[in-house]
Amino acid sequence: MNKVHNNRAWWLILPMLLLVAFSAVIPLMTVVNYSVQDVFDANTRFFTGTEWFKEMLNDPALQAAVLRQFAFSLTILAIEVPLGIGVALIMPKKGWQASAALILVTMPLLIPWNVVGSIWQIFTRGDIGLMGWSLRELGYGYNITSNPVDAWVTIILMDVWHWTSLIALLCYSGLRSIPDAYYQAARIDRASKWAVFRYIQLPKLTNVLVIGVLLRFMHSFMIYAEPFVLTGGGPGSSTTFLSQSLTTMAIGQQDLGPSAAFSLIYFLIILLVTWVFYTAIMNMQKDNNKGA
Amino acid sequence: MAEITLKSLAHTYSANPQSPQDYAIREMNHVWQQGGAYALLGPSGCGKSTLLNIISGLLEPSSGEVLFNGEVVNALTPEARNIAQVFQFPVIYDTMTVYDNLAFPLRNVKTPETRVHERVMEVAEVLELTSQLKRKAKNLTADEKQKVSMGRGLVRDDVSAILFDEPLTVIDPQLKWTLRRKLKEIHQRFQITMVYVTHDQLEASTFADKIAVMYEGQVVQFGTPRELFETPNHTFVGYFIGSPGMNFLDVSARDGVVWAGDTALTVGQGVRDAIEKATSSSIKLGIRPEFIEVHTDPVEDGMPAQVDHAQDLGTYSIVYLTLGGISLKARIEEDQMTPTGKAWLRFPDERLGLYVDEYRVEIDHE
Repeated sequence: MNKVHNNRAWWLILPMLLLVAFSAVIPLMTVVNYSVQDVFDANTRFFTGTEWFKEMLNDPALQAAVLRQFAFSLTILAIEVPLGIGVALIMPKKGWQASAALILVTMPLLIPWNVVGSIWQIFTRGDIGLMGWSLRELGYGYNITSNPVDAWVTIILMDVWHWTSLIALLCYSGLRSIPDAYYQAARIDRASKWAVFRYIQLPKLTNVLVIGVLLRFMHSFMIYAEPFVLTGGGPGSSTTFLSQSLTTMAIGQQDLGPSAAFSLIYFLIILLVTWVFYTAIMNMQKDNNKGA
Repeated sequence: MAEITLKSLAHTYSANPQSPQDYAIREMNHVWQQGGAYALLGPSGCGKSTLLNIISGLLEPSSGEVLFNGEVVNALTPEARNIAQVFQFPVIYDTMTVYDNLAFPLRNVKTPETRVHERVMEVAEVLELTSQLKRKAKNLTADEKQKVSMGRGLVRDDVSAILFDEPLTVIDPQLKWTLRRKLKEIHQRFQITMVYVTHDQLEASTFADKIAVMYEGQVVQFGTPRELFETPNHTFVGYFIGSPGMNFLDVSARDGVVWAGDTALTVGQGVRDAIEKATSSSIKLGIRPEFIEVHTDPVEDGMPAQVDHAQDLGTYSIVYLTLGGISLKARIEEDQMTPTGKAWLRFPDERLGLYVDEYRVEIDHE
């Protein structure tokens, strides 16, 4: 058979290129443009090169925010992943209970971000909030506006409440795809409950967990609305995460150059971490393929 | 090692069974002797997998008892029954190496590592997996995976029995043959009771010493492959075993003659007497295609038949005949003349089987 080479076919990807240009490339280039200049008005600008980047990387407030951000993302991952797996394992597998459990578990995922923040803001109030009031009545001086530890614990609790469902649902679907024969074989091999989890369920969950962890990492690294509504970044700057620092800088102070540079750094951090994580996981599986 | 007895065993998936049709297993009694190689043969949906799962303990029977060496084990789990089972599709532990897969059932009961090593090496050698031991099980081919699945059953030398649930379904035809031989070899070497479920008569007869043929939830015959072939106890066995299956003719006796529809059959005195004695309305004569005598010229007592067509299968042919409106198949060996147009048939008396209400009735050939 003769294969026809027609390079005019390349024109067919033009619409896609245009779409991507408007949705991603052009906005991103605008940011790049701002990050290397100092813009005063439409006619006055100075080329600054890497100055903004250096400034941002050396800013102690931002460095602290980056560390805080990592601490937050790693903490919620460390809680949500095991908890999500656990929830998926105890969810009923059939009957109306299964449907009921699915609906209940999905519920938090359907609530908009700032509504979640508001719910928890009210929930934790000392005067009318169920949690705030109860803790005070129990004798603990709970106050998220003055105690950084209280604020942190509350934000983490809120995120766990909001997002554990995602991991649980992903794992639930992963568990459902395991054929019965595996469990039967494990019983016949006299495997303990732990061995069934370790050698049957967990390996089958690897793929969904990779997706879950990536999504949760990216999400949590960009968290904005919930802590903003709940604590406003305080007390002090103890719960000021990266996106909030950025917003303050770009909108509040109109520092377009530095905030553009900072946006790019922010973007590159997320890209780098997800890339490293993804490559590491894929490499682990590739080694498996070659055999030990 | 155990002798497995099924005592008035029955099973239904329905909560409120009304008729025998509601039962996946109809009441049955059966004994699998210690050390035997058995096959459980039957079409899809006849209850053979159900029966296997009841023996292994994955399923609890609705009524009746399962006994291992005379002890009732109904309430025992598969773990406690110490049974091994190989499933239709290979079940392997993906993240483990072949070695760890084979060692898994032993390590689960805290067997000393030296003993584990000994057993794994022995089983790996029998299954020709020695060179693969260090590979991850995930990357094996389907038949290697199935060998690992079997290996996990064999590695436990104290098992009561090993049950196979159509284990060669996913295997290529050529490898099937090798693996079947392997299984037979393993059976001779370890003398473990093995029950092998299949719907393939060839698989059953190459593996097993005795075959239980299942039909509609019951074992209709339990015998050697030869017995199943020569004296099927039930019309289903006649039809299911052999290729092609047995010919059956609805017959009746009137005025001292045996009739198949409007055609008078030439059969011996004994056969006629037996048919006359039967009181049921369902009377059938069965004869294997191999045993029909086909003549190209008129012979004494030969019944004239129409030759519809012949199928040449290399070493033999199958001839499709019509005898007074009844279709018959006959097998003709290579060295025989294949008839065309017309043929004369004879049914040797000693090869005829009489079936009343589907079950075989003895014929007194005096």
